[in-house]
Amino acid sequence: MAMSANAFDAPASDLPLVTKTEVGPIDNTTGYRSFSAGSFAFSRDEYFARITWPHGAHTMPVDAFLRAMMRDVAWGFFYGTVNFDDVVGTVNHYGEVTLFAGRYNDAYHHAGRDHEERFSSEVLMAVFKAIMSDWTNAGFDPFAAPMETGEAWGSKNGQNEDAITRTRVSAKRVVGLPGDTPLRTDQNGFPVNRMFADLDRSVPVVEPEPGFEGEVWAYNLFDYLSRSDVTWNPSVCSVVGESLFCPTTEEFALPIDHGNDRCEWFITLSDEIDWEIKDKDTAKPRATVLTRAGDVSCMPADIRHKGFAKKRAMLLVWENGSAVIPDLIRKGEAPNVSVTW
Amino acid sequence: MEYRTRLGSISDYEKGKVIPIDDDPKNYVFSNIFEVAATSAPYERVAVAKNFEYVIEVTRAEGNSAWYCAAHDEFAVAMDGKVEIELVKLDFPATIAPLDSQGAHKLGGEPQGRKMGRIVLSRGHQCLLPRGAAYRFKADSPACLMIQTVEGPETVQKWAEICQNS
Repeated sequence: MAMSANAFDAPASDLPLVTKTEVGPIDNTTGYRSFSAGSFAFSRDEYFARITWPHGAHTMPVDAFLRAMMRDVAWGFFYGTVNFDDVVGTVNHYGEVTLFAGRYNDAYHHAGRDHEERFSSEVLMAVFKAIMSDWTNAGFDPFAAPMETGEAWGSKNGQNEDAITRTRVSAKRVVGLPGDTPLRTDQNGFPVNRMFADLDRSVPVVEPEPGFEGEVWAYNLFDYLSRSDVTWNPSVCSVVGESLFCPTTEEFALPIDHGNDRCEWFITLSDEIDWEIKDKDTAKPRATVLTRAGDVSCMPADIRHKGFAKKRAMLLVWENGSAVIPDLIRKGEAPNVSVTW
Repeated sequence: MEYRTRLGSISDYEKGKVIPIDDDPKNYVFSNIFEVAATSAPYERVAVAKNFEYVIEVTRAEGNSAWYCAAHDEFAVAMDGKVEIELVKLDFPATIAPLDSQGAHKLGGEPQGRKMGRIVLSRGHQCLLPRGAAYRFKADSPACLMIQTVEGPETVQKWAEICQNS
């Protein structure tokens, strides 16, 4: 999930680069600030986030909005398109980002009612982080499963900076090697999640000969995952060139519809995860993918997906982080599906 | 409430499926690693996922494997059973896997070099198979490994056999 900033040298689109952003005053009734990025405006009340743009307006339940925006912020706008819902979202151009309303909604787009603006990633990220900081109340953790956190509702009630500023794990070679990202333990603040209490906690036998302590290495990946304090937040655990193993734990629903700009693979390591697949451009339903432990599936580059897990499940997200792939797909030089037969 | 984590194994797995609405199920390249391990020969390195040159291989560990070496790191995750891995630092790794080569290469015989150590993986454990090292798997009873690597001479691609076709 290493979203490299140098993936594209070319501008994201023909849209002019917007630089204007504003932070509004504190609302006397709700206590929240409003924000703007270009001609998009963001405000919240006790229940809803409200987004407006020239000739358009959209409302989202504020818990869903914060969970979606949290992923966009944590992932650095991620790979490709992050749909907060069927109307609002972002497209990552790696250094620049498009904020859109209705662009990937068939009805809006064909009626000419969609709107999009282009920003430098740095500029839009600053606005999104400010929104998250102001609108996330004490006790609400947008990374947590709904049963594990407080509520997002109500008027302004403190902050939860620790929850929204977590550092995303990104191993350079593999988790646990000296100098790399550390194992998770009770002692360093990662207790076992309640839904994985039954998992085996054994450690592998690792017997290096003298001088090979840094190369002979193994750890309990399932134990590591069972201690994740976040949901739907892939983190890099092992790296082979551009091949990134990004396992994650999933509970309830993926807060976004992710439209990747490359093929992405899922291997369900435990339990079950169901995926709702829609067309990337139009949101027209295309398939349902039901996965159980051991199932492997490819998410093509021309779809958007949303996952559902009734019990916390372990998922291996496998990405090819190569910077050139989106361009190859866009030019028709690489397929939307990695494998054909 | 008490929760039970459902893990799969070669002898006990439940496979999901693609339910098409307006799409070809083949686009999802849908398979199950335990089914692949159950139906493959020991140490056949079957690709279950591929993204350009990179692959994820599944292999059924049973008995002793040949020795392998790659010019890049690889990683193995035990998905079922217990697997021992022996590691040897090759004196001349480029004679087996040239520096610009991809994927695992099979050694013709015993490796020449210093012993690096041994690892024993159980289900859920992940290990590093370091670049330039020869490695061999051992399993007393059938086990399932998932290997993060690059497509190479040992990679077997049999998508029509392993994937949902309709």
